[in-house]
Amino acid sequence: MKYLCLAYYDLDKFKALTPTDMQALGAQCKTHDEALRASGKASAHASLSMPDQWKTIRPRGGKPMVSDGPFSEAKELVGSFFLIDADSIDEAVRIASLHPAAQVGEALGWGLDVRPCDMFVA
Amino acid sequence: MTTPMNHPSTAAIHRSIEAVWRIESAKIIGALARMLRDVGLAEEMAQDALVTAMEKWPESGVPDNPAAWLMTAAKHRALDWLRRGEMLDRTHEALGHETDLHHHVASAELSDAVDAAIDADWAAKRGEEEVADNLLRLIFTACHPVLSSEARVALTLRLLGGLSTDEIARAFLLPEATIAQRIVRAKRTLSEARVPFEVPRGVELAERMASVLAVVYLIYNEGYAATAGDDWMRPALCEEALRLGRILAELAPQEPEVHGLVGLMEIQASRARARVGPQGQPILLLDQNRARWDQLLIRRGLAALERAAALGALGPYGLQAAIAACHARATTAAETDWVRIAALYDALAQLNPSPVVELNRAVAVSMAYGPAAGLEVVDTLLVEPSLKAYHLLPSVRGDFLAKLGRLAEAEAEFRRAAAMTRNQRELDLLLERADSCARLVVPPLAP
Repeated sequence: MKYLCLAYYDLDKFKALTPTDMQALGAQCKTHDEALRASGKASAHASLSMPDQWKTIRPRGGKPMVSDGPFSEAKELVGSFFLIDADSIDEAVRIASLHPAAQVGEALGWGLDVRPCDMFVA
Repeated sequence: MTTPMNHPSTAAIHRSIEAVWRIESAKIIGALARMLRDVGLAEEMAQDALVTAMEKWPESGVPDNPAAWLMTAAKHRALDWLRRGEMLDRTHEALGHETDLHHHVASAELSDAVDAAIDADWAAKRGEEEVADNLLRLIFTACHPVLSSEARVALTLRLLGGLSTDEIARAFLLPEATIAQRIVRAKRTLSEARVPFEVPRGVELAERMASVLAVVYLIYNEGYAATAGDDWMRPALCEEALRLGRILAELAPQEPEVHGLVGLMEIQASRARARVGPQGQPILLLDQNRARWDQLLIRRGLAALERAAALGALGPYGLQAAIAACHARATTAAETDWVRIAALYDALAQLNPSPVVELNRAVAVSMAYGPAAGLEVVDTLLVEPSLKAYHLLPSVRGDFLAKLGRLAEAEAEFRRAAAMTRNQRELDLLLERADSCARLVVPPLAP
């Protein structure tokens, strides 16, 4: 079964990060990224652009209406996503926990959603 | 108006992006280099953010704080790289369009964009000190002694000045490919030599600072001495060097020579309008119309010189600035304080002994104490091998001899000088002086 993992972050906190802190964060992440990769269960990693480049589409009067994103007003934004191939949500959570957003970046509003895909077509 | 206010044209948006880039790119590259420890990579990622902006903003509009946006976009890429050792989506491989800034350098648009860019907000929030520190590291890295002098100049203009390869090539009258290669090699050299991204300390600092100042002054002189080519980019090098110098003075306020160099450049720049005649002919300092000197630049130059002097004894740049200041303070050429200039050249010759400085000192001595005193100094240079083919030596000597009434000797010196110069205007002038000496020489009596 496939699980979509969405990694969240707080853009304002990210902006305020100094280059030195960023460098340290990058080094920390690397270990966790490698652990996740080594599991062989994660695929399709992506980093997303800043939300001012996102578009949101909603149906209005039977037509798609496009506006500037993001869809949700929440302060926490999806910054990246990846897929996990696992047999159960418990296994998926175990694997997703290897991801940096589950391990570091507490002060940056990092965190993960693990969402089971009821249907998945590649 | 064909374009409504809220929908500026793509060209207008590109112009404002370029203006922001010119001011902000060094800070962005500096911050990225601090994260990535590689200026080449840092520059590439900063450019990548710029390309995204070029593509998106005409459609989405320019964000409220474009500099902060570029910085954040670049930081996103840098974090991806730090985590994975690669960029996730390299859609801008070739960076096909480099920024082209030439029409906007001194425009009002630029100053508007600068105001917007220097939104106090972002500098304050992101730690002004770290921004300054990163810039300083970037300057020292670009001027690192592991690089050739030409490479330092090109890389400094690229990383600190935000100039495109094409602009640098035009400024130096070289093919774009030459500059592109120079920059690529320089970045590779820095990376291979594992040059740390840092400000040198202790004894190394003075030496490395001298290298930085030399690069800035080289850039300045390339623009100031521009005699070939009518491309606006060459004089723009003077402005660029001045800008770099002023930034450096803010970053390293405790370095007297930084202020000395800034003072020297400001005062020299103040004469820009007066040093060329209507036909493009050079006008010598003492013949210039002083009303055409830029008083604002002179005031700035004198202030920089004062700052340098307040920090201790003047160094070579400070002394040259002090000499330039003597000229700047004199309302007419006749009011020039030559005694002081001669003393300053004396100090400069002791600090930085060079035949050319000595020749200049000879001129100052002659103005202060008469041609005989000048001749005494200049005669010590006749054995100097490096001046063997330097036309100014016989030219200056001829001038002293003529003033002393030794016209036959003077004529010979002017003809010797004329044979050495490659500049047609100078040649004409020297032959004219030789002829006028000849006319006044009493022909030897027939036996």
